[in-house]
Amino acid sequence: MATEFAFPDAGAKTAAAAPEFQTEKMSLSMGPSHPSTHGVLRLQLELDGEVVTKCEPIIGYLHRGDEKIAENMTYNQFVPYTDRLDYLAPLANNVAYAIAVERLAKLEVPERCQAIRVVSCELARISSHLLGLGAYGIDVGAWSVFLYSFTEREKLYKLFEELTGARFTTSYTRIGGVARDVPEGWTDRVNAFCDQFLPILDEILALLTRNKIFMDRTVGVGVISREDAIAYGLTGPNLRGSGVGLDLRKDRPYSGYERYQFDVPVGTTGDCYDRYLVRGEEMKQSVRIVKQVLANFPKGPWQATDARRIVSPSKDKVLTSMEELIQNFMLVTEGPQMPAGEVYFEAENPKGALGFYVVSRGGGVPWRLKIRAPSFCNLSILPKLCAGTMVSDVVSILGSLDFVMGECDR
Amino acid sequence: MAVIPVERKPLTLAERTYIPQIVHGLKTTFRHLVAPNVTLEYPEQRPEIPGGYRGVPTLVRDPNGREKCVSCQLCEFVCPPKAIRITPGEIAADSAQAHVERAPQAFDIDMLRCIYCGLCQEVCPEEAIWLQTQYSMTGYTREEMVNHKDRLYELGGTLPDAHLKWDKKKAAEDAAAHGGHH
Ligand code: SF4
Ligand code: SF4
Repeated sequence: MATEFAFPDAGAKTAAAAPEFQTEKMSLSMGPSHPSTHGVLRLQLELDGEVVTKCEPIIGYLHRGDEKIAENMTYNQFVPYTDRLDYLAPLANNVAYAIAVERLAKLEVPERCQAIRVVSCELARISSHLLGLGAYGIDVGAWSVFLYSFTEREKLYKLFEELTGARFTTSYTRIGGVARDVPEGWTDRVNAFCDQFLPILDEILALLTRNKIFMDRTVGVGVISREDAIAYGLTGPNLRGSGVGLDLRKDRPYSGYERYQFDVPVGTTGDCYDRYLVRGEEMKQSVRIVKQVLANFPKGPWQATDARRIVSPSKDKVLTSMEELIQNFMLVTEGPQMPAGEVYFEAENPKGALGFYVVSRGGGVPWRLKIRAPSFCNLSILPKLCAGTMVSDVVSILGSLDFVMGECDR
Repeated sequence: MAVIPVERKPLTLAERTYIPQIVHGLKTTFRHLVAPNVTLEYPEQRPEIPGGYRGVPTLVRDPNGREKCVSCQLCEFVCPPKAIRITPGEIAADSAQAHVERAPQAFDIDMLRCIYCGLCQEVCPEEAIWLQTQYSMTGYTREEMVNHKDRLYELGGTLPDAHLKWDKKKAAEDAAAHGGHH
């Protein structure tokens, strides 16, 4: 798309001058420290004026070798590392990882544990989408959305802090259960949060949804067709934004999701605006799920009870009985005992399908652990999406994909 | 209970003028202007720390002043980033705590490595290591950021003990020995 200049009154001159106006392609490094590349993504752009002719994502700035690290520690010791994949929804990562390993052991967790996990996953989804929404607002020039969504997110962090002991790095699940039961009165506080959240969410969304400036930046920008979305392996809101109604919570339910009623919002055009709308609606559906779980919160144990080779004995027992003391030592030093075999499990995380492929040769340490990170797959469509757009649209497209480099680079 | 398409309508004429947006925006702004503050003026104001918080790991004593750690090194083993270093030691035979036999000679936690995961507390068979409420650690050198044993006990203080298992064990042994004399 070379720019053409016309000299109306100098026909002869035009021919001679034309080569001088051949625009030269310019290369521009966007990131790894650029506010709109959310973390440490680097885009190597080739520009023709304002138009992007080529976009090459360069990743790996946050690579920590998580998969290799996993091979060197017991299954439970790896839980804190899963916090650091999609660090905007650590609870959801914890849950996905625990379920994957439990599938390997063919271990069922009690209903209460499942319910706790569903609530934590959905709250994590809301928190992650709130950040996505606020950051997207800033990317396209709407500052206040960020402030209000972060105020709500702070309330969620207070709830996470009570539940897990940490705001951010939750490390909440264990193989066969969760680290501890929900604290006294916590479910009421979650309920109260949900009630006040919906009107506020509507107010926040209203700042953008019918906003002409926002729509100008997003409608018809970064259109992903249904076929492309599937071909590039997109998942999560980015896939649903393109009209594909795949949601693992519905299509391959885990942790008791089949018990709850919720809708799967999908887009119609697959542009940035659709992806934004889908995330907005998903938060409302998450609230709906949380309310259903809380209305019928199961009592009983919150850890698998019949798995002495996997789940640690209770602290009281460890302190008073020699047998449990030894069991505790064995479990910690050798890890939860898994059968040989392999398993692949995907969970519907806020960013898309987070998969863990665990290969075990028996014992308490994985032989190989592969992480299928949704952000990594979602970013693979960037070169196609960005070619031919303006530089400012790249910012809009990046924000709408809502990726996180922690899990992309892992 | 299904797949629902999200609603997308073209802008109405009124919305195209941007006036309704300005009105809504101003309304939101003014509502927040008079609403109670949501921010905290740290460090003058401090957030409330809920129970069970995972702050800086510390070592604790039982109500009788005994250091609870028996240097079993389980926490050192489990710590994912290997932040803990323990040198096990013996308790002197003439000590009042001699019946516990072992206590750490040195116990270091490198706070530049610690990720506050709480696994050490979870696995400790003596309830000797606790992540308490302190969340802010600063220092000018790397060395300063390593908490040695004295500092760990200073941070940890004393926590109640429901079991006092070593003292009970000693009492039982004493009783048995006493009974044997008769
Ligand atoms: S703190 Fe607990 S786990 Fe660590 S060495 Fe002492 S007794 Fe063992
Ligand atoms: S909290 Fe975690 S990282 Fe810190 S010392 Fe304990 S086990 Fe190690």
